[in-house]
Amino acid sequence: MKSIEEINRKIREGNAVVVTADEMKNIVEELGAKKAAEEVDVVTTGTFGAMCSSGVFMNFGHSDPPIKMQKVWLNDVEAYTGIAAVDAYLGVTQISETKGVEYGGAHVIEELVKGKEVELKAVAYGTDCYPRKEIVTEVALEDLNQAVMLNPRNAYQRYKAATNSSDRLLRTYMGTLLPNFGNVTFAGTGEISPLNNDPEYRTIGVGTRIFLCGAKGYVIGEGTQHSPPFGTLMVKGNLKEMNAKYMRAAVFPGYGVTMFVGIGIPIPIINEDMARFTAVRDEEITTEILDYGVARRDRPVVRQVSYAELKSGKVEINGEEVRVSPLSSYYMAHEIMEELKKQIEKGEFLLTQAVDKIPIKVKTKPMRQKEIRVVSSVMTKAITISPETGIDEVSKIILQKNVNHLPVVDKNNVLIGIVTSWDVAKAVAKAKGTDLGKVKDVMTRKVITTFPDEPVEVAARKMETHNISALPVIDAKKRVLGLVTSEDLSKLLARW
Amino acid sequence: MLLLLRFDSKVVKQPIITKAAIDTNTLINIIKASVGARHGELIVEVEDSKVKAVEEVFESYGVEVQELDKAIAKDDEKCVHCGLCISICPVEVFKVEDHKIVAETSRCIHCGVCVNVCPTKALSLPII
Repeated sequence: MKSIEEINRKIREGNAVVVTADEMKNIVEELGAKKAAEEVDVVTTGTFGAMCSSGVFMNFGHSDPPIKMQKVWLNDVEAYTGIAAVDAYLGVTQISETKGVEYGGAHVIEELVKGKEVELKAVAYGTDCYPRKEIVTEVALEDLNQAVMLNPRNAYQRYKAATNSSDRLLRTYMGTLLPNFGNVTFAGTGEISPLNNDPEYRTIGVGTRIFLCGAKGYVIGEGTQHSPPFGTLMVKGNLKEMNAKYMRAAVFPGYGVTMFVGIGIPIPIINEDMARFTAVRDEEITTEILDYGVARRDRPVVRQVSYAELKSGKVEINGEEVRVSPLSSYYMAHEIMEELKKQIEKGEFLLTQAVDKIPIKVKTKPMRQKEIRVVSSVMTKAITISPETGIDEVSKIILQKNVNHLPVVDKNNVLIGIVTSWDVAKAVAKAKGTDLGKVKDVMTRKVITTFPDEPVEVAARKMETHNISALPVIDAKKRVLGLVTSEDLSKLLARW
Repeated sequence: MLLLLRFDSKVVKQPIITKAAIDTNTLINIIKASVGARHGELIVEVEDSKVKAVEEVFESYGVEVQELDKAIAKDDEKCVHCGLCISICPVEVFKVEDHKIVAETSRCIHCGVCVNVCPTKALSLPII
C-alpha cells in the first residue's frame, strides 16, 4: 500500500518507477500483481481519438465602447455566447457558415494553438452599459484573457463498434461504412485506454491531473452519457499551454467536423489491485458491433467482440471475414504515454489525489419524447397494379385516382416494382405506334421501401437520399400495405 | 504497371482490350471501368515487361494511354495514424507497422476511395 504522497515524493526525488500501460501488462505477467505493485509506482495510459464533445471557453476582453455579444463568430464559426458579455464557448463540431463542413470549431481551435490569428465578429442589441452593436477584429490566442478547453465527454472507456448491413454506403461519425457488412470500424484504444486501467475508478476521479493535448489538465467529473463500463470523463485544461501535435481538427466526410483529442492519465499503483487492473488485456475488454444500417437509436447488435479481435484487423460476421478499421490512433496514444512517462520521470508532472469519486453505477437514459411518429400513422392506401397492365390503362388510373405512384405486385400482393406518372409520360412520349407497352416494360424493379413501424424521419431521409417522392410500405414478406408520399410527410411536418 | 486508358465514342465500340491482349499475347486485368456512350475510361494492369507493346496497340486504336506510376500519396505531416483507411481500401494498401499506418503503394489501384474517407485529408491521388 502506497499513498499518492509517497509516490509524489519519489517523483520529486527522481526515483519513481514509471511504465506505460503496454509495459505494465508484461511486468504483471512476469512478476505477478503483488510484486509488480511493489516495483512500479505509476502506469501511464493514453488515448487519441475523435472526441466530438469538446470545445473551448474563451474570454476576449472588453472592447471600447464595450459590447455584450449576442452572437459571435470566429472565422465564421459560431460560438455560444449566451453567457457574460465577452465570454463564449466554441464547440469543435460547429461548422463554418461560409465554408460548410470543411471547416469548423476544431479548425479554429487548432489555428489558435498554432499561433495564428482568427477573425472575431460579434453582434449585439446594445444596452446602456454595453452600447456597441457590432465588432470585427482579429485575435490570436495570446490576446485572449482565458482560453480553457473544457470537454464534456472525453476518453470513452470503450465504444460500440460499427458495421452496415444495408445496401448503401453510409457516411457516419464512425467513418465510412461500406454496404453489406463491407467493413467494421471501432473507437478507443482498449487495454491502454485510461479508464480500462482503472475500471472501478479508484484513482481517477474529480481533480485527477491529466495530460490534455500537451498541457496539464484535470478531470472535473464524469463525462456526459457516462455509463460504465462505457465510462467517460469531463476534462479541462489551459489551451494556451497546449501543443498542436496532440490535437487535430478532422472532417468525417458526410458527417462533419470533429477533433482528435490526445489524453494521457497516470495511474498510481497504490496497491496490488491497481497492478492487477493495469494488467488488463484487450481479450478481456469486450464491446458490441452495431448495425448502423438501421437508422434508429437502438441499433441491432450484430455480435459481441473483444478489442483483441478488433485490433487484429479482421472479425467474422455471418461466416465471412470482414476487415476492421480503428478510429483512434494507437501511434499517438503511445506517443502520449511515453511523453507523460518522461514528464513524470523528470519530476515535471506530479500526481493528485482525487477529491471526489466518479460514479460507477449509472446508466444513460434515452430522450424523453412525446411520441415517435411512425409511417403507419401517415401512410395511405396504395393503388397496386399487375406487371401485365397496359400503360394506357395505367394512365387512366393515374388520372381517375389522382395518384403519382403505383406499386406493382404479383398475384400474392408481393411488391415487384413501381411505376410513376413520370414513367408513363415517358412511355407515351417514346411510343412509336398505338401500343404503349405494359407495366413490366417500364417499371422500376429496385424499389426503395419502408415499414409501418419505421419513424417518419427515417422514411423522409430515404426519400431525400434517393431523390424520390414516395415509398411503398411493406410487411416482412414484402406484401404491400400502403404508400407514404413526401406530401403526406410535409403535411405532418407543417403541423409540428 | 497500371495504365489509365481514355477513349472516345468511336473506340467505345471496339473490343480494344481483347485486341491488345491477343496482339501482344499479354494478360490484361481490368481494375476499374467506366464506359459510357460518349467516352470510356479504364484502368488496367499489365505485366511490366509488356507495357510498351500494349501501349502501342492501344495508341494505334486512338486510345489515350497514361502510365499510373504515381500511386496514392500519404502526407505524414497530416496523418494521425488512426487507420480508418485500412478497411476501406479494396486491395489492402494500408497496414499497421509499429503502431503507424504505412501505405504499400505498389498495390494501389487508383480507385480513390480512401482519399474521400481520410478525416485529416492526408491522402491524395496525383492524377484522376
